[in-house]
Amino acid sequence: MIELQNVCRTFTVGDQQVAALRDIDLSFGAGEYISIMGPSGSGKSTMLNMLGLLDRPSSGTYLLDGGNVTDLNDEQLARVRREKIGFVFQSFHLVPRLTATQNVELPMILAGIPAGERKARVQVLMQSYGLADRVGHKPDQLSGGQRQRVAIARATVMNPAVLLADEPTGNLDQATGWEVLKLLEGLLEQGITLVLVTHDAEIGARARRRIHMLDGRILSDEQQAK
Amino acid sequence: MRLSDTLQFASGSLRGSPTRTLLMMLAMAIGVAAVVVLTALGEGARRYVVDQFASLGTNLVIVLPGRTETSGVGPGLMSGQTPREITLDDAQALLRSRAIKRFAPLTVGSASLSRGALNREVVVLGSTSELLAVRHMEMAVGRFLPGGDIHDTASVCVLGNQMKRELFGNEQAVGQWVRLGDRRFRVIGVMSSQGESMGMRTDDLVIIPVASSHQLFNTSGLYRILVEAKHRDAIGQVTKDAESILVERHSGERDVTVITQDAVLQTFDRILGALTMAVGGIAAISLVVAGVLIMNVMLIAVAQRVKEIGLLKALGAPGKQIRQLFFAEAALLSAIGSVAGLALGHAGSFIIGQFYPSLPVSPPWWAVIAATATALGTGILFSVWPARRAARLDPVAALAGK
Repeated sequence: MIELQNVCRTFTVGDQQVAALRDIDLSFGAGEYISIMGPSGSGKSTMLNMLGLLDRPSSGTYLLDGGNVTDLNDEQLARVRREKIGFVFQSFHLVPRLTATQNVELPMILAGIPAGERKARVQVLMQSYGLADRVGHKPDQLSGGQRQRVAIARATVMNPAVLLADEPTGNLDQATGWEVLKLLEGLLEQGITLVLVTHDAEIGARARRRIHMLDGRILSDEQQAK
Repeated sequence: MRLSDTLQFASGSLRGSPTRTLLMMLAMAIGVAAVVVLTALGEGARRYVVDQFASLGTNLVIVLPGRTETSGVGPGLMSGQTPREITLDDAQALLRSRAIKRFAPLTVGSASLSRGALNREVVVLGSTSELLAVRHMEMAVGRFLPGGDIHDTASVCVLGNQMKRELFGNEQAVGQWVRLGDRRFRVIGVMSSQGESMGMRTDDLVIIPVASSHQLFNTSGLYRILVEAKHRDAIGQVTKDAESILVERHSGERDVTVITQDAVLQTFDRILGALTMAVGGIAAISLVVAGVLIMNVMLIAVAQRVKEIGLLKALGAPGKQIRQLFFAEAALLSAIGSVAGLALGHAGSFIIGQFYPSLPVSPPWWAVIAATATALGTGILFSVWPARRAARLDPVAALAGK
């Protein structure tokens, strides 16, 4: 479903070329649970941005659902992100002036889905994520766990094929962290592909497939036998 | 993204920073209000002048003796003659033209007016009953000059309002006798006070029948003939007819000048119209300043909302959509600002109108449209750069707040 072929990504810092990703060859199937681990600077965030089409490879090819998305233009990329990819961030990235419901609605607004349908879909989602009594709250009236759940609702409201989570539990205490993680893992049953970037080995170990990165290279790629 | 959603999202982000939004709207509103008030003043001045001309009489053509030649030497000068005067019969002959509604002959002289011991040097107008209608004048008491034969030398007079007060005070004037030069006249009416109309004060005049004035001053010519055309389009015909009738009566000699009020009026109209445009243009500069302010604030907004822009991109908004969101914000700002400015401007014009009731202050429709269009235009134009900047942000850097 996702296939990276020979992908490199180099940044220019001052007059130096810094390689964030070097010759990455990787492929995921649908419904896989992958954790990407590594120390900071290992390129795991760049990898996530690359998978989420927020960043373009300097060289190499990215195939998503069999289609080459390396050379798409801005509008086409946005469309693919909108329809196939969901993001969950460490710092939630909720729009502070919008209520929980409006935040969840945002991707559908961008996609031009009519208001009636938006309301119905948000309501179902808020209910199943235990946020039914928080619909009218602004982000600053929500706890960290609730905020991340709103963010997950927003990431899944368009029924994406891939969910990319960047340290989703990083700003949460352990108990809420586990809750959020369970919520994310629950999505696997719906056939979503979950990619989890973390530097926490304990969390990373929960994934069936664990990828370790260092200096922009894949150090190890282990598949846990079930 | 739907248009209604775009507008809603934009208005949401405007409400998100109310102080900034209010200040920008204020700048826009002041700009629009300035255009509206200043053009209203200019337009008021223009209409004031036009009204003054209209009060002099509408569709007026003025015939005066003599010819102003712009080239060569006139035949009168060659033969050592003064131009032939216009007589009452000449004036009456004008009625042969179908385009002429009515006319009022006019003589002007100066004589001493006395009642008992009171004595005043006054300007004496000689005319006919038609003058009242031609000059749009109004009576306070009594009646105007009697109609009938133009050669009738009745010893009656009509006093200007101020003259009446100076000679009679609060006494009844109508029916009393006054002495004008060496003749006695009976007062039959008093004009109502009309202030000044194009340099001619009717308040301190005495009006007597034209034939009586000829006797009084021992003349036979007319100073002017005021001719009123049947309607505006007939003015050209009246001019032609008046000239040809008088030329014919003066044995083929062109020794009269016919001027139309329209020509003078149009000149004033053009000058004051241009002035209004200029003043409005200067006011429009404040709109451009407001536009620069919008650009400045939009740039700050882009900087402040970098993370939000990054998020929108991650959620699948292409650059075009981000741009539209910022355009929508600018358009909303300018639109609401313009509406507030129009209200402010109209209120301002109204207040000025209260202070100067004689000035017909009301903003011209074109200025209202131009001000609103300029406000919207500059608002959107000056948001192009901030919007492009937002649309071109790199999503990864933007999400990190860089």
